[in-house]
Amino acid sequence: MPNPTEAPALVKPLRDDDLSQAAHRHRPSPWHFLLLPLSLIMLTPLVWMVVTAVSTPEESRQFPPALPTSIQWSNFADVWAGSPFGHWLVNTAIVSGVVLISNLVLCSTAGYAFARLRFRGSGIAFMLLLTTLMVPFQVVLIPTLLIVKSFGLIDHLGALIVPNLVTAFGVFMMRQFFLALPPDLEEAARIDGASRLGVFMKILLPLMGPPLATLAILTFLSIWNDFLWPLVAIQSPENMTMQLGLSTFQGAHLTDWPLLMAATLMSQLPVIVLFLLAQRVFVRSIASSGIK
Amino acid sequence: MTSATAPPAAGPSPVHRRPSVLLRVWWSDTFAGWAFISPTVLLIGLFGLVPVVWAFVLSFEQNDLISPGRWVGLDNYRKLLHDPAFSNSVRNTVVYTLVFVPVCVIGSLLVAALLNRRIRGITFYRVAVFIPVVTSTVATATMFNWLLDPDFGVVNAALNKVGIASQGFFRDPKEALLAIVLMTVWGWLGFGVIIYLAALQSVSADLLEAAAIDGCTRWRAFWRVEVPLLAPATLFLVIWLTINSLQLFDEIFVTTKGGPVGSTTVVVYYLYVQAFQFFNGGYASAIAYALFMAILVITAIQLKVGRRLSHGER
Repeated sequence: MPNPTEAPALVKPLRDDDLSQAAHRHRPSPWHFLLLPLSLIMLTPLVWMVVTAVSTPEESRQFPPALPTSIQWSNFADVWAGSPFGHWLVNTAIVSGVVLISNLVLCSTAGYAFARLRFRGSGIAFMLLLTTLMVPFQVVLIPTLLIVKSFGLIDHLGALIVPNLVTAFGVFMMRQFFLALPPDLEEAARIDGASRLGVFMKILLPLMGPPLATLAILTFLSIWNDFLWPLVAIQSPENMTMQLGLSTFQGAHLTDWPLLMAATLMSQLPVIVLFLLAQRVFVRSIASSGIK
Repeated sequence: MTSATAPPAAGPSPVHRRPSVLLRVWWSDTFAGWAFISPTVLLIGLFGLVPVVWAFVLSFEQNDLISPGRWVGLDNYRKLLHDPAFSNSVRNTVVYTLVFVPVCVIGSLLVAALLNRRIRGITFYRVAVFIPVVTSTVATATMFNWLLDPDFGVVNAALNKVGIASQGFFRDPKEALLAIVLMTVWGWLGFGVIIYLAALQSVSADLLEAAAIDGCTRWRAFWRVEVPLLAPATLFLVIWLTINSLQLFDEIFVTTKGGPVGSTTVVVYYLYVQAFQFFNGGYASAIAYALFMAILVITAIQLKVGRRLSHGER
């Protein structure tokens, strides 16, 4: 969306206050005095994690703390060797990959059907979908565990995948996006004899890039951040995801802070790098859906 | 909706026969519709609807989640009313929510107002505020365990430097819940800022210019013009943050495990302990339903009050 303040000021005739504004531009804005301390405070936990991650255990037990004298790269290797870290990374990638693709397919097809097709049963199906949106996860936790157990999926990655293949929220969000598209688009194609699937695949889906990116990011973040469900569904260390693995790692190395911070840093690196690369898309996704 | 029976053949009828275009469209939409939604309906039914009903049944049972349950009627709900550990968890959750939500909403409003300007380095400032949003709850809690460590933590070192004695934080029953607030505000602030920044973009510059021409200072214009226009975003944030803080769990599990002496046992943590340490599946389900009802009622009240407030201002 174009921001009105972005309008080029160059074409305007110069006036006195414009000149004073130009003078202002060379002086740093006074807002830096508030913004700089604020951002430093926000960054402190992360910066201190990085500093500790390259310290020795002795350095971390100094008080008041001091910066490490040399960089202890071996902490990262120790984390990798001393825990199934590679498993956690691969498991998280598998679970989020499968769940992401299945959500993109199922949420967009169902969202399209609920938005555009008139058919018997769609109203009641949509109402039921909406009711599940309001239910907090803790309510369904125990029965979901029993259902997953009856499928023999306890302590399998399947337990993390199957219940998350589609989300009511994702369907609802995609339906809203399809409703916002002008109906004339598909009517023209329908008159030309295209099938529903053809219209969906060839005409509508190419227009849904940004909503699909939003859905992908939100799905990824929710799987990445999920903790309570993996905690009750998975027991073996080699079947854990990153979040759960990190929490057991903390339980096993209670006071070895350099090792713990190295593990925490390694676990967050993929998502932080992804965020820095695609900051705008992340922020827009969260802003447009209101989900963390 | 047509009540006519659909043609039995699924294939498209030859164009020259055309029973009726309407009928064909109806049939193809019903077929396509169900083809598009049936996987979703099956999955949401199995993992969304069945568990909701099942949990309701469980809440009237004594059930250890292994052997078949025994019907006990309203016993679990009666027990809720007389369980001091449960009322303690409710109290902790309410205190946490009452501190966390206002701090987070007001904090993110002010920070969003600060960040809503084009100056050099603004991208850096924004990234610094947003990164905690993508940092996982377990990682956040692990970092704060270290920052707030009573013996070697950098926060105590900083406090000592300005002449304040070392604090216990997560290990002090009087401070633990506030330390949890501090940590979760760090994690959620960026989320509120993102919502407010998006809302601020839609505040028209003309309006602020008009206020300035009328002799309104920038500070006054912020409170009198912008903040009222942000009411929908504020209402959304209050509701969403309340729902999330009533469901607080991850950060408690990783930092205090409900301690010291129950000072941070929140409702969902208590539910977890009942279900997976004491194997009281029925009682845990009753707690879950009580939480569900509380969330519904609180959200309804917030919506109603919020709407009344924003109508009153007009």
